[in-house]
Amino acid sequence: MNLKVPTMAECIAEGRQPEILFWVGSAGSYDDRAKKITKAFVKLLNTANIDFAVLGTEESCTGDAAKRAGNEFLFQMQAVTNIEILNAYEVKKIVTACPHSFNTLKNEYPSLGGNYEVFHHTQYLHQLIKDGRLKITTNPFKDKRITFHDPCYLGRANEVYEAPRELLKELGVELVEMKRNKRTALCCGAGGAQMFKEPERGDKDVNVLRTEDALQTNAEVIATGCPYCNTMMTDGVKFKEKETDVKVLDVAELLAADNQDL
Amino acid sequence: MNYLPNILFAIALVIGIGYFVRNVQKLIRNIKLGKDVDVSDNKSQRLKNMINIALGQSKMVRRPIAGFLHVIVYVGFVIINIEVLEIIIDGLFGTHRIFSGIGNLYGVLIGSFEILAVLVLISVVVFWARRNIIKIKRFWNSEMTSWPKNDANYILYFEMVLMSLFLIMNATDTSFQTMDSGNIISQYIAPWFSGLSENSLHLLERTAWWIHILGILVFLNYLYFSKHLHILLAFPNTYYASTKPKGQLDNLESVTKEVMLMMDPNADPFAAPQETDTDEEVPEKFGASDVTDLNWTQLLSAYTCTECGRCTSSCPANLTGKKLSPRKIMMDTRDRLEEVGKNIDANKGEFNNDGKQLLGDYITKEELWACTTCNACVEECPVSISPLSIIMDMRRYLVMEESAAPTELNNMMTNIENNGAPWPYNQMDRLNWKDE
Ligand code: SF4
Ligand code: SF4
Repeated sequence: MNLKVPTMAECIAEGRQPEILFWVGSAGSYDDRAKKITKAFVKLLNTANIDFAVLGTEESCTGDAAKRAGNEFLFQMQAVTNIEILNAYEVKKIVTACPHSFNTLKNEYPSLGGNYEVFHHTQYLHQLIKDGRLKITTNPFKDKRITFHDPCYLGRANEVYEAPRELLKELGVELVEMKRNKRTALCCGAGGAQMFKEPERGDKDVNVLRTEDALQTNAEVIATGCPYCNTMMTDGVKFKEKETDVKVLDVAELLAADNQDL
Repeated sequence: MNYLPNILFAIALVIGIGYFVRNVQKLIRNIKLGKDVDVSDNKSQRLKNMINIALGQSKMVRRPIAGFLHVIVYVGFVIINIEVLEIIIDGLFGTHRIFSGIGNLYGVLIGSFEILAVLVLISVVVFWARRNIIKIKRFWNSEMTSWPKNDANYILYFEMVLMSLFLIMNATDTSFQTMDSGNIISQYIAPWFSGLSENSLHLLERTAWWIHILGILVFLNYLYFSKHLHILLAFPNTYYASTKPKGQLDNLESVTKEVMLMMDPNADPFAAPQETDTDEEVPEKFGASDVTDLNWTQLLSAYTCTECGRCTSSCPANLTGKKLSPRKIMMDTRDRLEEVGKNIDANKGEFNNDGKQLLGDYITKEELWACTTCNACVEECPVSISPLSIIMDMRRYLVMEESAAPTELNNMMTNIENNGAPWPYNQMDRLNWKDE
C-alpha cells in the first residue's frame, strides 16, 4: 500500500496551504493497532484526493492524559508548544481519529490561543460522503451485524452520536445497539489516564463489562472510533475468548475495507 | 373574640420562618467559603437549562417510573402550597377559608388539590416501597449509611402525614362539606367521622389544621439538614452549572501564567519579583485538598445533591466494584463543608484548624484514581451536578502539590515531557508508520 502522507513542512516548502491538517495523535503514531487505523484513514483521504498534511515529527502529545491525570502544568506546556506550531503553519482545520485529541484541540486549546475548526474523522468522512467526494463501493461488511461502541470523548463529552452511525448505515451494515448506548454508553475503561495505569481494586475490569454489553448483541464486529477504546475492547474480547468470532474495528477501517488488504 | 389562636399562630410563623431564614443565611455563608468563579456567561442558555431541567424536570423523566412519580409529587407539592397561603391568612386573621368567597373557582382549586394530594400519597408510598421493599440497588450502596437512608424515609413520612392531614382537615370541615364544591375526595372520607358530635368534629378539624401547618413549618426547617434541600437549590444549581461541552475541563489560569512566563523568551528568569505589591502574596494552591479550595458552584452542588444515586448507578468504576462512587463524592463534600461551617460558628467566625481535610479524611486517593472521566455521572445527574469536577480538582492537588500520582502515571508523564508521547518512543520516529 503506497500512502501519500505529506507533512506540513513539505507543503510550506512547496508554497501551498493544505485544506486540512490530520492530527495523528500519539496512539495513532506509535501504537501498533492504532497505526492500522491511521493508515486506513489516510487511505480514505488519498482515495478521496484530499489535500491534507500531517505535522509528522513536529507533532507532540496533546497533553490530554496528563491533564486528566491532574498535571495541568504538563498539559499546558504541551498545549502551548503545539499551538505555536499550529499557528505558525496557519492551520485552520484539523481532523483527528482520536476523540481525546479531538476534545482537547476543540475545547481546551482555544483559551490558550489555539482556535481551529476540529473534526473527528467520522464527522469528516461523513461530510466527504455527503459532498460526494468519497464514494462507497462494494463493501465486505454489507449486511453484517455490527454494534457501535460510543467513545466517551466523542459521545457524551461532545455529543457526536450520529456521524459514526451514519457511516455504518452508508455501508449497509445491520447496526445493532447495545443496551447502554449513546448518552448512556458505558466507558471502555481507558479514559482519564486509566489507559496508562493498572485499574484500582474492584471485582471486574471496566473493559470486560463493556465487552459483555457488546457480546450480548451477537454482533460480528464491534465498531468504534477511538484507538484507546479499540485496545480496551480488543482486550475484552480476548479475555472472553471470543477473538475468533468477534472483531474490533475502527469505523475508518470498515470504510477502507472495500478494495484493500485489511 | 378570642385572639389567643391568632397570637399563637403568629408566634409559630415567626419562629418557623425566622429559623428558616437563619438556616438560609448559614447556607449562603458556607457556599461562599468556596472560591470565586465567573458564571456571568451564556445567561440565556443558563436560564433555559434552569427552566428545562429544574422547572421542567427534563432529566428526571429519563428514568420513566421514578421520573413520572417524581413529577406528580413535585407538581402536587408546588400547587398544594397555594393552599398554605390561605391557611396563613386564616391563621393570622382568624378567618375561615378566606378564599372561599371567590365562588366556583374555589371548588375547582380545592378539588384539584385533593386529587393531587391522593396522587402524591400514592406516589410517596410507591417511593417508599422502592426504597424499603424492592430495595433498588442504588438506594443501598455503601455510602447510604443510616442517616441518608433515614433522611429519605423521613421525607416520605412527612409527605404522607401532610397529605393525609390535608384530606382529614377538609373531610372534618362541616361548613366546607355542606358547600359541597371541591370536596371531590374528602366527601368519601367524611362518612368515616359521621358518628362524631359537631364539637368533636370541629376539634378534629382544628387539630388537623394546626398539625398540618406546624408540620409544614417543621418540614421547612428540616430542609437544611436534609437532601430535600434540592427542592430549592435545584434552581440555582441548574442555572450555575457549566454550559460548556462536558468534555471541556477548565484550564487553570494560575498555571497559564507560569507556563507563559516559562515559555516567554524575553522573560528574565533571575528577575526579582516585582516589589510594587506590598501585600504578602500567598502562592495559589493548585487543585483542591479541602472544601475551601473548591469553587462556590461546586459547594452549591454538594448541598443540592438529592442522593438519588443515578450517577453512581451509571459509573463504570462503581459498576465494577471499585471504591469510587460519585454520589459519595458529593455527600462527603457536603459533610465536610458542614463540619467547616460548624467550626466557624463555634469559633466566633474564624476557622480553627481541625487537622482534617476533604482529601484523605473523607475522600481517599483510591477513589480519585478510579475515575475514567467518562462523564456518565454528569450526564445522569437530574440537577446538573458534576462530581467529576471535584474529582479532577483533587487529582490536580495530588499531582501538582504532592507529586502523589501512581507510579505508572508518573512514568507516562515523564514520557510526555521527554518524548512528546505517553510512551517511551523517540519523537523523531513519529512518522515512521507511513512507511511500515
Ligand atoms: S466520570 Fe468518573 S465518577 Fe463520573 S461516572 Fe465516570 S468514572 Fe464514575
Ligand atoms: S450527584 Fe446528581 S445523580 Fe448523583 S446522587 Fe447527587 S443528585 Fe443524584
